[in-house]
Amino acid sequence: MIGSLLAVLRRDLLLAVRQRGDVANVLMFFVIVVTMFPLGVGPDKDTLRLIAPGVVWVAALLSAIVSLGRLFALDYADGTLEQIMLSGQPLSLTVLGKIAAHWLVTGMPITVMSVALAMVFDMAAVPGGALVASLLLGTPCLSLIGAVGAALTLGLRGAGVLVTLLVLPLYVPVLICGALAVDRATAGLSPAPWLMVLAAFSLGATVLAPWAIGAALRVSVE
Amino acid sequence: MLECVDLQCERGHRQLFDRLSFRVDAGQCLQIAGDNGAGKTSLLRILCGLLSPNSGEVRWQGRPINRVRDEYGADLVYVGHLNGVKDDLTAAENLQVWAAMADLPTSAEQVVQALRMLGIERFAHWPAGQLSQGQKRRIALARLAMAARARVWILDEPFNALDRGGVQVLNQMIEQHVARGGAVVLTTHQSWEAPVPVTRLDLPAGGGA
Repeated sequence: MIGSLLAVLRRDLLLAVRQRGDVANVLMFFVIVVTMFPLGVGPDKDTLRLIAPGVVWVAALLSAIVSLGRLFALDYADGTLEQIMLSGQPLSLTVLGKIAAHWLVTGMPITVMSVALAMVFDMAAVPGGALVASLLLGTPCLSLIGAVGAALTLGLRGAGVLVTLLVLPLYVPVLICGALAVDRATAGLSPAPWLMVLAAFSLGATVLAPWAIGAALRVSVE
Repeated sequence: MLECVDLQCERGHRQLFDRLSFRVDAGQCLQIAGDNGAGKTSLLRILCGLLSPNSGEVRWQGRPINRVRDEYGADLVYVGHLNGVKDDLTAAENLQVWAAMADLPTSAEQVVQALRMLGIERFAHWPAGQLSQGQKRRIALARLAMAARARVWILDEPFNALDRGGVQVLNQMIEQHVARGGAVVLTTHQSWEAPVPVTRLDLPAGGGA
């Protein structure tokens, strides 16, 4: 059973390596959205330091949304999704493999990139560290929740906009907890409570989302 | 082995078939016939469990397939309209990945053998995207060669895009599969010289009333 999870994970990573451009695009999108803000707000260091966590988090949400379009759509179009569903393996496990791969090629690079961005915004080490930690713990949740939306809108016309409307509101708790963690670190308190809440969100989503995704895919493929 | 009871299917407010009951036994080859739009593909998707019928049920070894999805899936190979072949993977990788996802223990040798059987072992390490439609179809059909233990083959227009040599190979595989006691359900709109005795199931023209 775990074999099928690993097989899908390995396949999606291999595909990501073969389609490097698509992976790089999401990361570029993330960086570009973040770098727009200093241009719009002005170069005042104190303001930038203040808005940095929110900006980076919102950009991470948007990047996650942008990357969702490819999550199931390609497999659906070429028939591999049907084959996955008929493989005789629990769909929720295979789906978990797909999401793990999705996180490794979107959430993780975004987290790594945010280290550089925190420096660009002149964040101090502790709040900057809290930001990176909050992204590390929160981005898996983005992939998991986003996948539910992607599965529900699979094969629909205008799925891109619909999935944004469907998923962004669900990202709000993650965004708030991420921002609060950084706030506490800035105020000299420990960000740990909010980081733990984020970790709890991600763990909870890991348990619940695969079932929802599996059921949604079965409906969408009909 | 496979039993359909009182299947009824509607697509877009149009009834395709109603009270359709039949069974497929070991060593039987069933050809679903019917005009375009009669519901051949829908019926095959219902048989696989990809589509649920509006009423009625499909049973595998006497139990409804949505209750025994995992066991049924392990005993089933489906080749649909879509090949299920990734353009960015090579022919060999496609088969390996498919087998790994189905938890079939597979050696590199078996993959090469399956590709050889379909006459495309020369292209084993080519990205599938660079191959022709017919060659991609052969990759999809190579799955049949790999899953020897699967007892049911469900093939939707398997001869599409195949040349004469390909048709011959597939006929041979169907013959061996049936001889082993496997079951085949297929649709084809080409005139097909079946290598084995075939049961025909005609779907009502134009999707019935």
